[in-house]
Amino acid sequence: MKKSIKILGSGCTTCKQLESVVREVVAELGIEAAVEKVEDIQQIMSYNVLSTPVLVVDEAVKCSGYIPSREEIEGYLY
Amino acid sequence: MKQREKALKDGGQTGMWLRFVIASAALLLLYNNLGKLAEMVVGVLGFNRENHFGEALYFFVYEVPKVLLLLVAVVFVMGVVHTFVSPEKTRKMLSGKRTGVGNVMAAGLGIVTPFCSCSAVPLFIGFLQAGVPLGVTFSFLIAAPMVNEVALALLFGMFGWKIALTYMTMGLGIAITAGVVIEKLGMEGQLEEWVRQLLNSDVAESEAGRNISWSGRFGEGIGHVRSIVGKVWFYIVLGVGAGAGIHGYVPENFMASLMGENAWWSVPAAVLLGVPMYSNAAAILPIVQALLGKGAALGTAMAFMMSVIALSAPEMIILRKVLKPRLIITFAGVVAAGIVLVGYVFNLVL
Repeated sequence: MKKSIKILGSGCTTCKQLESVVREVVAELGIEAAVEKVEDIQQIMSYNVLSTPVLVVDEAVKCSGYIPSREEIEGYLY
Repeated sequence: MKQREKALKDGGQTGMWLRFVIASAALLLLYNNLGKLAEMVVGVLGFNRENHFGEALYFFVYEVPKVLLLLVAVVFVMGVVHTFVSPEKTRKMLSGKRTGVGNVMAAGLGIVTPFCSCSAVPLFIGFLQAGVPLGVTFSFLIAAPMVNEVALALLFGMFGWKIALTYMTMGLGIAITAGVVIEKLGMEGQLEEWVRQLLNSDVAESEAGRNISWSGRFGEGIGHVRSIVGKVWFYIVLGVGAGAGIHGYVPENFMASLMGENAWWSVPAAVLLGVPMYSNAAAILPIVQALLGKGAALGTAMAFMMSVIALSAPEMIILRKVLKPRLIITFAGVVAAGIVLVGYVFNLVL
């Protein structure tokens, strides 16, 4: 099944960095996924998070407030 | 097999602590001998400190590594501290706290909680959602950027620990007082409608916390150094460079009439000037230091710096999404008043 991956963040450098790392990992692993960047604050708040950037996989919050390592991201994608 | 793995892991941990101790000792040794090294470098390059250029060069060669070393040390420690505190934990500690105690705690936690300025809005809402009072939330939001590790490390490196400590105390004081004032004004009605609907809406206990080993924590510390020092080193070199120029060339007391103690209007003017400027402590401090050397009053310079870091136009634009204009103006006004007061106090006392 195609995965839905969302990166929540207001568009600062850390959030952009997370987005690019996630896209790279997705491409590397050949995972079928829709990667989406969410910048709307009300939408971000609906995930009940305190700090950005946030990685959401299939509507579940995986991590928030820091940029995880590649290995960590790979773990979340499987 | 299990035992072997454990032994390997323990061995790795010991090795890590050993590396940590050696690295710290090396940095300390280097730090203590920077003056001599700088003399040597200036000498080898064939200048001496008697003339303007030699003095400026010495200032530069001595100050840049000194400030960078301090910054690396402080930022590393902070990176490790960050692995113990998370915004979630901080929120839990603050929820339902009374005015006063809550504000003091919030300001203190603002220093150690990992916080990226673009998380201000989610954090603000998340705190209110969990029943953290509005004023307490503001204390946190004011302290977090103003009393940050980079500012403290730079103040410590350039002006000594007394000034750094005073800055910290004053910064916390402003954050606490401003929070209490905002609470007393009862401005919950000045939140945007969609935010108010979220107030005290039970939040699910999220986040199990990261399970992290000591080597992981040190790794985070090093990562923090990379990202912070990697971002600000250029400003420091640039700033100290500008500072060195002023140090060597601009006449003594050049700034005294403009930013000296006797110009009463200089403190509010410095604060006003700081608002539209959006910069980090690193870019501002070295210039401030050089100006000070030439007769600008410390309180005025400090007020300018606080204003640049704590009150920024972009931040207010972001906050506009959750606050009505009246609350934003109140927030800015209270903080600005606090900074002006601190500026005067500094000028009087020091």
